[in-house]
Amino acid sequence: MSVSTLTPDCISYVCTTVRERSAIELDGSKGYLIEARLGPVARSHGFGSIDELVSSLRSRRQVKLEAQVVEALTTNETSFFRDLHPFEALRKVLFPEFRDRNSGTKSLNIWSAACSTGQEIFSIAMYLREHFPDLNSWKVQLLGTDLSDDVLVRATEGKFSQIEVNRGMPAPLLVKNFDRVGLQWQLKPEVRKMARFQKLNFIERWPPLPVMDIVFLRNVLIYFSPETKRSILEKIRRVMAPNGVLFLGAAETTIGLDTSFERVQADKSVFYRLK
Amino acid sequence: MDALVIDDSRAMRRVLRRIVEPMGFNVLEAEHGQDGLEKLDEHEDSVGLILVDWNMPVMDGLQFVKTLRADSERRRINIVMVTTETEPTQMARALMAGVDEFVMKPFTPDILTEKLKLIGVSLPAQENVTG
Repeated sequence: MSVSTLTPDCISYVCTTVRERSAIELDGSKGYLIEARLGPVARSHGFGSIDELVSSLRSRRQVKLEAQVVEALTTNETSFFRDLHPFEALRKVLFPEFRDRNSGTKSLNIWSAACSTGQEIFSIAMYLREHFPDLNSWKVQLLGTDLSDDVLVRATEGKFSQIEVNRGMPAPLLVKNFDRVGLQWQLKPEVRKMARFQKLNFIERWPPLPVMDIVFLRNVLIYFSPETKRSILEKIRRVMAPNGVLFLGAAETTIGLDTSFERVQADKSVFYRLK
Repeated sequence: MDALVIDDSRAMRRVLRRIVEPMGFNVLEAEHGQDGLEKLDEHEDSVGLILVDWNMPVMDGLQFVKTLRADSERRRINIVMVTTETEPTQMARALMAGVDEFVMKPFTPDILTEKLKLIGVSLPAQENVTG
């Protein structure tokens, strides 16, 4: 078991800062996580320790440094085709369904909320290109949002390390959709242009969003208090199309939080459909 | 069920053995493609997974895959290429030849595990657990 060397006071300050800026509830017992994530931030600013970094933040307001601390602690782990089953549900069940349902408007809007560096929304883009080329002529909007500026810049570039494309990415899709650029792999322009990225903090005022057919909000709600979870779900519901579909992480549910959703089991995946 | 690991590096064969043995596979080792074909002859029906390097002496991984896939009896065996070869055109050649998945070196154990799941390899250890 990892043990943190941070003082309880320091951990408490970091947890409070993150909660106030993002509403994300960090578990104070996970001092080692704070240590692992903030160590590089402290070093890059010339601090000898995380305690020194926190002392500096306490002594005077430093908006940029504070934002970096929040970003370092709230960036979600992601990978291409993470957990696979939701993407298989899209391919086998939902894309065919929405192709019929939206045939009048020929439009499809999908949102990856808390998208980090974009692997989720680009996985969806690759599946669409691979399995539903007939939707190329549709107006398909793929949106990724996150509260971190840094990850949004990376997502827009569509550039990934070898380790990132090695993980979870089917080799045929890698070969078709990426170019090697030095030691990195970059999505081809035609894939990159399918998605756009925008800053969005769940607890601040939201920018205008299109009406969403499908929303991915996986492994996000677990970081929030029940009250904030309810508020986020309510706001998401307002931008969803009637009978729109919400994907949550395997350990998350709308049950007990929002009665507007119906749990649906499809293939090996679970999603929540707006009633 | 057997997993055949073909790599001219003994160290890499040991790494791969340590990953797939806990999955329930009995591991067979070969030093190059020709050696791999001979091991397959000896264990005709028990090999369910092949992990093969590309660049090896005597017979390289690509030639091994082409030879194997030309044999109608053995077309169904899952093949994952574990290699330092990362040029997309080369990877496309291997896929055309019949490789099911690619793992680029260096890699972590979970990357290989995820790739096996992607191509639907059933893990003997899991089968035992679920009955």
